[in-house]
Amino acid sequence: MKPASDRRFSSRKIFSGAGFVPFIVRRLLTSILLIFGITLIAFSITQLVPGDPVAANLGQSAYSDPAIVAAFKKQFGLDQPVYIQYIKYASHLVKGDMGISLSSKRPVTTDLKEYFPATLEIALIAIFFALFIGILLGTISAITRDRLPDQIIRVFSLTGVSMPVFWTALTAFYVFFFLLGWAPGSGRLEPGADPPPHKTGLYTVDALLNGDFSTFKQAFAHLLLPALVLAVYAVGVLTRFTRASVLEILGNDYVRSARAKGLPEFTVIRRHVLRPALLSIITVAGVAFSSLLAGSVLVENVFSWPGLGQYAYRAAVGLDLPGIMGVSMVVATIYILMNLIVDVLYRVIDPQMRDLK
Amino acid sequence: MKLLEVTDLTVTLATSSGDAQAVRNLSFNLGHGEILGIAGESGSGKTMTALSLLGLLPYKGRAEGSVLFDGREILTCTKKEYRNLRGKDIAMIFQDPMTSLHPMLTIETQLTEHLRYHRKVDKESARQSALKLLDTVKIPDPAAALRAHPIQFSGGMRQRIAIAMALACEPKLLIADEPTTALDVTVQAGILKLLHQLRDERNLSIMIITHDLGVLSSLTDRIMIMYAGSEVESGKTSDLLMNPRHPYTNGLISALPGASKDGKVLTSIKGMPPELGNFASGCAFHPRCAFAEKSCSDSVPLALQISDTHRIFCPINPLKKSVDIGV
Amino acid sequence: MKSPRVKRKKNSNSIWRQPLAIVGIAIIVIWFILAIFAPWIAPYDPLSQAGDKFVTPSAAHWMGTDELNRDILSRVIYGARISLPYALLLVILSAILGSVIGGISGYFGGKVDSVLMRVTDMFFAFPGIVLAMAVAAALGPQIRNAVIAVTIVAWPVYARLVRSLILNAKQNDYVTASSLLGSSSIRTLFVDLRPNISGPVFVLAALEVGNALLLLSGLSFLGLGAQPPSAEWGSMVSMGAANFDRWWVGLFPGLAILTAVLGFNFIGDTLRDALDPRTAKALRN
Repeated sequence: MKPASDRRFSSRKIFSGAGFVPFIVRRLLTSILLIFGITLIAFSITQLVPGDPVAANLGQSAYSDPAIVAAFKKQFGLDQPVYIQYIKYASHLVKGDMGISLSSKRPVTTDLKEYFPATLEIALIAIFFALFIGILLGTISAITRDRLPDQIIRVFSLTGVSMPVFWTALTAFYVFFFLLGWAPGSGRLEPGADPPPHKTGLYTVDALLNGDFSTFKQAFAHLLLPALVLAVYAVGVLTRFTRASVLEILGNDYVRSARAKGLPEFTVIRRHVLRPALLSIITVAGVAFSSLLAGSVLVENVFSWPGLGQYAYRAAVGLDLPGIMGVSMVVATIYILMNLIVDVLYRVIDPQMRDLK
Repeated sequence: MKLLEVTDLTVTLATSSGDAQAVRNLSFNLGHGEILGIAGESGSGKTMTALSLLGLLPYKGRAEGSVLFDGREILTCTKKEYRNLRGKDIAMIFQDPMTSLHPMLTIETQLTEHLRYHRKVDKESARQSALKLLDTVKIPDPAAALRAHPIQFSGGMRQRIAIAMALACEPKLLIADEPTTALDVTVQAGILKLLHQLRDERNLSIMIITHDLGVLSSLTDRIMIMYAGSEVESGKTSDLLMNPRHPYTNGLISALPGASKDGKVLTSIKGMPPELGNFASGCAFHPRCAFAEKSCSDSVPLALQISDTHRIFCPINPLKKSVDIGV
Repeated sequence: MKSPRVKRKKNSNSIWRQPLAIVGIAIIVIWFILAIFAPWIAPYDPLSQAGDKFVTPSAAHWMGTDELNRDILSRVIYGARISLPYALLLVILSAILGSVIGGISGYFGGKVDSVLMRVTDMFFAFPGIVLAMAVAAALGPQIRNAVIAVTIVAWPVYARLVRSLILNAKQNDYVTASSLLGSSSIRTLFVDLRPNISGPVFVLAALEVGNALLLLSGLSFLGLGAQPPSAEWGSMVSMGAANFDRWWVGLFPGLAILTAVLGFNFIGDTLRDALDPRTAKALRN
C-alpha cells in the first residue's frame, strides 16, 4: 500500500479559503494610499520648480495692476502657504472635487469628462490592435527562434519602438490624408458635424447607442489613423515581450510533456504555452495602456484630437496645477487599476499563484 | 522480433562552443514486456537517448543511426509521423512531477487531450477512460481529481498522474526518465511497484533511466550502464549487479550504500564525470580508471562478450580474476 | 537531466558576431562623426537664412530648405550635436540618481527599502511625459531644463533594477563571505557588488538612450525643449507639422531621430540578449 504521505489532496475553491477578499481589500487600500502619495509628489515637484502661473495665464502685463494679480491668486488659492494648498486640495479630492483649472477656468472634473473619453477611444483601439499583432508576431518570432522570420520580426519590432511618435503621426497624416486621401482630416468628426448625444463620451459607442450609423462610421474613420499611430510603439513592446515570455515557457518541462504526448504543435502552443504566457503579456499590456494615455500627448497634437493629451499640454504650458494634477490622477488611477485587475486575474487563472501567495 | 532495436545511435547537440556528441554509437534492444534500466551519471547521454527516440531532441539537436520500433525505422520520421508515435505508441514520463504537469490546466484536460487527439474519441468517453486510468494508478477519488489542478497533489501523486497520462493511449513502450529521483524514498517504492504491476498486467515494455542503481535492482530485467554517451556494460540485472565486469560499473556499485561486502574489489571512482564535448579519447573512462593502461586512450573499445547476455566495452577486462575467485 | 550550466564564452556571445549590433554601432558611430565634424561636413551654415524658402530636395539642397530658407541637411547634421549629447547626459544623470536610490534601498532594506520602493512605485504610476511637460514649462522652455524634467521621471527603472540586483547578490555566498571577513558595508557595496551591478545597469542605460532621445525630441516638438533657431530634430519636425504639405521639412529630421534611436536600440537589445536570462528578465519588466 502507499504510505499516507502520498495521499495528500487538497480541494480549494478559487474565491474562498485562499484569502481572496482580504487580498482585494489590502490591494485596494494600498492603491488609495498610492494615489495620495502621487498627489503629494506631483504637488511637491510642481512647487519646487520655479514657475509663475500668473504670468503664464494672464501674461506678463498683468503685473502692471497688482489688484488683478491678487484677485487671480485669491481665486485659485495661490495666496496661501503650500501646505495649506495641499491640504485643501486633498480634502476636496476625497469628495471627488479636483479644483478649478487655471487655464480653462472650469472644474477639472468637467474638463476631464470631456477630454478623457476622446483619448480613451483611441487608446482602447490602439491597445487591442497592439495586443493582437504583438502576440501574433511575438509567438511566430519565438517559434522560429534565430531563423529568418524571427530576425525580420526583431528588426520590425525594434523599429516600432524607435519611431518618434509625433513624426509617425505627421508622416501617416501626410501620406493617408494629403497624398492618398484615404483618411479623413483631423479632429473627431468632420468640421461642423454634430457629436452624438453624450452618454459615454466615446463617439463611436454613443453613435451606435443612438442608432446613428453614419455618425458611427465617420467617428470610426476619424479615430482609426491616430489609434494606429499610437499603437506602433505598443506593438513593438508587446512583440518583444511576447517573444521573451513564450521562449521562457517553451523551456518548461510541462511543454516537453505536452510534446511527448504527441499533440499537434498548434495545440501545444495555444493551450500549453500561450495560456501561461498571456498572464505576463496582459500585465505588460496594462502598463502599456496607461503609457498610451500619456503618450497620446504627441499624437493628439498632430491630429488636433481634443483629448487628455491636448488638455495636459495646455495645463502644463499654463502651469495649471489642478489641471496637471487632474490628468496625472486619471492616468495614475488607470495604471493602478490595471495592476489591480492583473493581480486579480493572476489569482483566478493561475492556481499555483492562488495557493502560494 | 524485439519491440525496440537501436543500432549505432549517435546524438549531436549544438552547444555554445560548437557541436558535441552526447550519445555515441549506442546499440541496444528491448523486448515486449521487458524492463530495461539505463544507468549512468548525469551527462552520460541517458536522457538524450530517450528524447531521440521521441524526436524531442533540444533545439538544433540531431540523431543518426537506426532505431527500429516494432520493425519500423523511426529516426527518419517526419514531424507528423513522430506526432503519431508520441503519446500513442511511445509515452514518456519525466523526472520532476512538480514541473512536468501543466500548472494551469486541470487534470482532466491533461489526461484526455492526447487521447481525444490520437483516438478521436468524444469528451465523455475520454473522461471515462481518464477515471479508469486514475483508478489504475491508485489515485483516491478520481472524479474529484479530474477537476483539480496539479498544485493540489503531492509529488508522488503527481507522478502517478503523469504515469496515467502516459498510459492514456495504451502505448507499447513507456520511457521513464528518473521517475523517482525527485520523490521521497517511501513514495519511490510505491511508484516502482506500480510500474512493475503495469508491466505484468499490460505486457508494457519499460525503459527506465536513472543514476541510482538501487532503483533498478528490484525493477528491471536488464541493465545498460552508460558513460560519456556510450555503453560500458550491459547484462541481466542479477549478472550485472552481482558480477560487474567493467571498472566503472564496479565503481558505481561500490558507491551504493551498504554495497561494500567482503570479496568485492573496492574501486572508488576518482574525478568528475566529463562535460559534454569534453570526452576523453579512446575509452572515455580511462582518465578515471584505476586499471587504465596506455593503450586505453588509443582506440574506442569494442564489445567483449562475457556471456550471451552480458558484455562490456573494455578490452582489458581487469576484474576477471577477482570475480572468478569470488565465484 | 538538467543540461549543465553553459558558461558564457567570450567569443561565442561576442557582440561582434551579432549583425544587428554591428549595424547599430555603425549608425551611432556615423552620427557621432557627423556631430563632431559638423562644421566641415555640413554644406551650409545651419542658421543662414540666405536663399529661398521651401526649396524641394535637389542637388544644391539634398534635403531641401525650410520656412526660413535654411538648408535642412546642414540642420540635420548640426542637430546631432544637440540631441546625442543631451540624450546621453540625461541617461547618465538618471542612471546615477536611480542607482543611488536603488542601491540605498536594496542595501539597507527594511523601512528605508519599503519607503523608497513605495516612492518608486508612485513614479512608475505617474504619467512621465505629463510631469516632464509641467516641469519643463515651469523651468522655462530650454533643452537643459527638458533634461532635468525628464531625469525626474526617468530614474525609477534604474532604482528598481539596482535594488533587485543587490537583493540577488546579497543571497550569494561571496557577499556573506566578505562580511565574515569583516569588510565594511560600504566597501561591500562598492567593491564586491559593483561588477555584478554595473553590467546590467549599463545595458539598461543603452536601452534607455533611445527612449531619452524620443522624450527629449518630443518635448522639443511641443515647444518645451530646444528653442528656435537652434537646429534640434524634434523642433524641426514641429516646423514640418506646421507646413505638413512640404513633406521634406519634417521627414528628414524625423528620420534622423529614428535612425539614431534605432542604432541605440539595436545595441541595447543585443546586449540584453547577451546577459544571463534572469538579469535579462529583470530588465524587461
